[in-house]
Amino acid sequence: MSSYYDPAHLKKFGDIGKEAPELWKKFGEWYGAVFADGALSEREKALIALAVAHAVQCPYCIDAYSTTCLEKGADAAQMTEAVHVAAAIRGGATLVHGVQMREHVHKLSM
Amino acid sequence: MNPGEAVPAGTAANAASSAPAAADPAPIRIQPTLARRGHELAQAQAQLAKLRRLPLARGFEAACASAGHAPLRAARLEILQINVGRVCNQTCRHCHVDAGPDRKESMSDAVVEACLKLLVEEKIPTLDITGGAPEMHPRFREIVRRARAAGAKVMDRCNLTITQANGFRDLPRFLADHQVEVVASLPYYAPKQTDLQRGDGVFEQSIAALRELNALGYGKGDGGRPGSGLVLNLVTNPVGAFLPAGQASLEREWKRELLRRHGVVFDRLFTITNMPISRFLDFLVESDNLASYLEKLVAAFNPAAVAGLMCRNTLSVGFDGRLFDCDFNQMLELALQGPSGRPLTIHDATRAALEGRPILTAPHCFGCTAGAGSSCGGATVKG
Repeated sequence: MSSYYDPAHLKKFGDIGKEAPELWKKFGEWYGAVFADGALSEREKALIALAVAHAVQCPYCIDAYSTTCLEKGADAAQMTEAVHVAAAIRGGATLVHGVQMREHVHKLSM
Repeated sequence: MNPGEAVPAGTAANAASSAPAAADPAPIRIQPTLARRGHELAQAQAQLAKLRRLPLARGFEAACASAGHAPLRAARLEILQINVGRVCNQTCRHCHVDAGPDRKESMSDAVVEACLKLLVEEKIPTLDITGGAPEMHPRFREIVRRARAAGAKVMDRCNLTITQANGFRDLPRFLADHQVEVVASLPYYAPKQTDLQRGDGVFEQSIAALRELNALGYGKGDGGRPGSGLVLNLVTNPVGAFLPAGQASLEREWKRELLRRHGVVFDRLFTITNMPISRFLDFLVESDNLASYLEKLVAAFNPAAVAGLMCRNTLSVGFDGRLFDCDFNQMLELALQGPSGRPLTIHDATRAALEGRPILTAPHCFGCTAGAGSSCGGATVKG
C-alpha cells in the first residue's frame, strides 16, 4: 500500500459488502433511512454528519459530507460553525477530564 | 476591457421616469468575456471537443434509451424561447452564453418579426425572453407589448441589476404594467456567494431590484399559479461544481431568509444545474473539476427526468434566427438542420415541422437529467 487514506477508496466503499452482503444491505438501508428528511431536514443531518466526520477525523467522510452539505444547500459559514461545534465538544471533553485529574491529584496530595 | 473594470454607466436617454436613488450603489465588477479574451472555449467546437473527449460511463443517447426514449423527441411546442442577444451588464462566472458588455450580437428586426409571427400564427402559449440581459435589446419593450397583445404569457429572464442601470429604472413598472412574469437570477440569499458568482456589487443591487418589484405587487401571489397576479420567480445555480439542493426544501429556507434578512418576498424558487458550457466549463477546467463534475452528472442520471426535459416543449431561437432545441444547444451551435442539410431558421419554422423532431444531444445534456432534473423552470421531478 502506497499510502493510508487513498481518496480512491471512497468509491470502493461498497467492496466492504463483498464478504457479508446481508450485513452490508442492512447497513445501507439503515444508513439511507437515517439521512432521509424527518424531524431533522436533510441539510441539518448533513451538517451533523460533517461535524462528526471532523470529530472522528475521517477524511473520506469529510470529503463526502463537504460535498453533501453544499448539495443540500448549506454554505461555508454554516459548515465552519458545524466544525466549531465538533471542536468545542472535543475541547470541552478534554477539559472536563481535568476534573478527574484534579480529584486524583487531591486524593494523593497532602 | 480590463478585469475588474466597473461597468460603464448606461447611455440610454429615456431614464426620465425614475427618481434618482438616494445613494448610488457600488458599481458592478465585470470581467472580459471569453470572446473578448480570444479564449479557446469561446468557440463552440472547442467546448464540444473537450466534452466528447471525457471518458463517460455511457453516452446521453444510451441513457435516454434506457429510460424508454430512443431517440429523444420533441413533444408539443409550448414555449418559444428567444435569445435576443449576448450583451449584458454583468459577466457571471457560470454564464453559458459568455455574455457581457463587450458582446455585440443582437437579434435583427427581421428575426424579431419572424418570432412574433410564429408566436401568433402557431398560438404558442408562452414567450420566454432571454439573453444576455434581454432588456438591453432595443426592441425588448415592443416585443413584450406585441406578445402580450396576442395573448401570450411573457417571461423575462432578468438579472435584476439591469433595473438599477441608467435608462432602465422604469423597467419594473413596465414589466408590471404588462404582467410580465419575472424570472430573476439570484444564486444565494447572502452577498458573498452571490457576488462570487455574479460579480462584486450584484447582491446589493439585486436586493434593491427585488424590493422595487415587491413594491409593485410582484412575488406576493399564491405560489405563482396562473391568475395569481404578478409572478416573481427566482433562479439559483450552485456556486461551484456541485449539484443543486432539493428545490422544495431550498425554497422554504429562501423564503424565510430573504424575508428575515431583506424583507423580500417571491413566488417560486427554481434550482438549475450548472451546464458544462462556456464560462462554467472554463471554471471546471481551471479548477480541475471537469472530469469529476461530468462523472457526477452521469452517475446522477434520473430516468424520470427525461419525459419533462425542456427541449421537448421548447423552441430556442438565436439572435441570427437559427433554431435550437434549447439555449444550451444554441451556445454549442447544435443547430437544427433542414432536409437540405442547411440550418433551419425562424423563417422556416412551423409547429408541424418541429413537433416530433429528434433532439440533438451531447454530453452536456446530462446536466438536465441529474438528480431532480433541471430546466429553465427548475427541477423537473418532484422530490
